[in-house]
Amino acid sequence: MQPRKRQTIGEWIFKASLVLSGGLIVAVLGLMCLTLLTHAWPSIVALKWKFVTTNTWDPITSTFGAEAFVIGTLLTSLLALFISLPFSLSVSIFLGEYAQRGILSEVFKAMINMLAGIPSVIYGFWGLFVLVPWIRTFQIWVGIPPFGIGIFTAALILALMIIPYAAAIGRDVIAMVPNELKEGAYSLGATRMEVLLTIVLPTARSGLFAGTLLSFGRAIGETMAVTMVIGNSNLLPTSIFAPGNTMASVIANEFSEATNAIHVSSLIELALYLFVITAIINIIGKWIIQRTEVSHG
Amino acid sequence: MNPDILTIEHLNFWIADQHIVKDLSLSFPENTITAIMGPSGCGKTTMLRCINRMHELIENTRVEGKIKLSGENIFKLNAMALRRRIGMVFQRPNPFPTMSIYNNVLAGYILNGISLSRKEKDQIVQEALTQAALWDEVKEGLHRKGTFLSGGQQQRLCIARALAMKPKILLLDEPTSALDPKATAHIESLLMELKDTVTVIMVTHNIAQASRISNQTAFMYLGELIEHGTTERMFTVPKDKRTEEYLSGKFG
Ligand SMILES: Nc1ncnc2c1ncn2[C@@H]1O[C@H](COP(=O)(O)OP(=O)(O)OP(=O)(O)O)[C@@H](O)[C@H]1O
Ligand SMILES: [Mg+2]
Repeated sequence: MQPRKRQTIGEWIFKASLVLSGGLIVAVLGLMCLTLLTHAWPSIVALKWKFVTTNTWDPITSTFGAEAFVIGTLLTSLLALFISLPFSLSVSIFLGEYAQRGILSEVFKAMINMLAGIPSVIYGFWGLFVLVPWIRTFQIWVGIPPFGIGIFTAALILALMIIPYAAAIGRDVIAMVPNELKEGAYSLGATRMEVLLTIVLPTARSGLFAGTLLSFGRAIGETMAVTMVIGNSNLLPTSIFAPGNTMASVIANEFSEATNAIHVSSLIELALYLFVITAIINIIGKWIIQRTEVSHG
Repeated sequence: MNPDILTIEHLNFWIADQHIVKDLSLSFPENTITAIMGPSGCGKTTMLRCINRMHELIENTRVEGKIKLSGENIFKLNAMALRRRIGMVFQRPNPFPTMSIYNNVLAGYILNGISLSRKEKDQIVQEALTQAALWDEVKEGLHRKGTFLSGGQQQRLCIARALAMKPKILLLDEPTSALDPKATAHIESLLMELKDTVTVIMVTHNIAQASRISNQTAFMYLGELIEHGTTERMFTVPKDKRTEEYLSGKFG
C-alpha cells in the first residue's frame, strides 16, 4: 500500500504544479493585455478611429495617425509571404515527402532548425551589410532612387526569416498524410508526382494553410531585423522600394525617445493591436493544425 | 478449371538481407477466387504486393523469378501501367478524404490525368458502385465525402475504386479484417459475383471465409508455399501436416 500512496501524492504534486504553471501563464498573458490596454487608453480615447485612418505621425505636433504603419506592416508581411512561399513549400515537400529519412534530409533539417534559431538582430546585420548594397545596385540599374533600405528590403529579410519556420510546419503536415492514402493512389497506377499533387497536397491543405497563417503572424510581429533595414520613415510609402515603418518597427524605433505621454500611449496602442492580431492568428493557426493532427492520427 | 491468367514462377524476395518469399510458384486460373492463408508474418502481404509491384515502394529490396500476366513478364512492363490493370484493396479502408464518393470511384482516372466526358464518368461510377454492391446506398449522395460512410461501405467504395479501372485481377489484403460480420458477409457475396469477370486473389486469416468463397487455397509458412489446390481438397484432404493443423485452427 505504501508505494502506491506515495505515487498518488507525487502525482498530485505533479498535477498541481502543472495547473499552477498553466495558471501562471494565463495570468501573465491577461496582465500583459491589461497593462497594454490601460497604458493605451489615453490614446484610444483621444484619437478614436482616427488613429488608424489618418497617416500623419508627427510626435512634435502630437499628431498620431498610424495608417502608414498598418500599411507598412501589411505590405512587408504579405510580400514576405509571397516571396517565401515557393521556397518553403518546396522544402516542405522535399522533406515531408521525398526525403523523409536519410543523411541528406537530416542535414537539411538541421540547417533549417539552425536558420530558425538565429537571433533576428543577426538577420538585420546581414540585411544591412549584404542585402542593402545589392538592392541599391538593383535600384540604380532600374533607375529608381537608390535607398537600399526600405519596404522591399524588409520583406526580403522577413521572407528569409519565415522560410525555416514555415518549412518546419509544412514538412510536418505533409509527413502526416497517412501512408495508406498514398499506397491507395500508387495502386491505381499514379506516379509520384500525381500522388503528390492529387493526394498529398490536397490532404495537407489545411495544415499548409495554417503554416502560412502562422508565418504571417511571425512576419507581422518581427521587430528587430525589420527596424534595421526598413528605413524608419513615418510617411505613407509611395512604392515598395520606399523607406517606411511597420507597427513593430516604429515602436522599437521611437519608444526609447518618446517623452510626452500621448506619444508613449500611441505607441502602446500599436503594441496592443499587434498583440491582439498575432494572438488571434496564432490561435487560429494552431487550432487548424491540431484539428488535422486529430483527424489523421 | 479455367486457363491461368497469372503465373508466379520461382519468386524470391528479399528486404535488406531478409529472405521473405522463398521460391514460390503458383498459378491463378481466370475468373476464380484464390485465398492465400498462413500464419502472421509468413509473407502473404509481401507476395501479394509483388504481383502489382507495390513492393518497389519499399527501399532496399531484391526480387528474383517471374510473374506472368497473360504470358507477359510483369517486371518488363511499366509499373504504373501494370497497376492500372491490377486492382488492389487494402486491409484498412482508405478512401481519399478530400474527394467525394463520385471522385473516389474515378480516382484512378483523376490520378492518371485521363479525361472523360460527363456521360462516361457517370457510367463508370454507376457501374463500379453497382459491382461493389454500394450503388443503392449512395446513389442519392454521390457528391458527399467518402469518409462519411461506415467502415464496410468505405471498403466497398475502395473496391469500386479499384473496379472502375476495369482490372482483370483484383488483389485484396485481408479486406474484411477491420469489419463486422454483416459488412463481411456483404463483401463476400459481392466477391462471389465479381468472379464472373475478375480474377480475385485474397489474403485472409479467416479460415471459414476461405472455405466459403474461394475456389483455390494456398497455404504459406515462413515464406514458402507449403501447399495449394482446390479449396475443397485443401480443406478435406490436406497433404501437409502443417496445412492440416492450420486449417483446423490448431495454430496461426
Ligand atoms: N517494409 C518492410 N520492411 C522490413 N521488413 C518487412 C517490411 N514489410 C514486411 N516485412 C517483413 O516481411 C515478413 C513478412 O511480412 P508480411 O507483411 O508479408 O507478412 P503477412 O503474412 O502479410 O503477415 P500478416 O498476416 O500479419 O499480415 C515479416 O517478417 C516482416 O517483418
Ligand atoms: Mg499482411
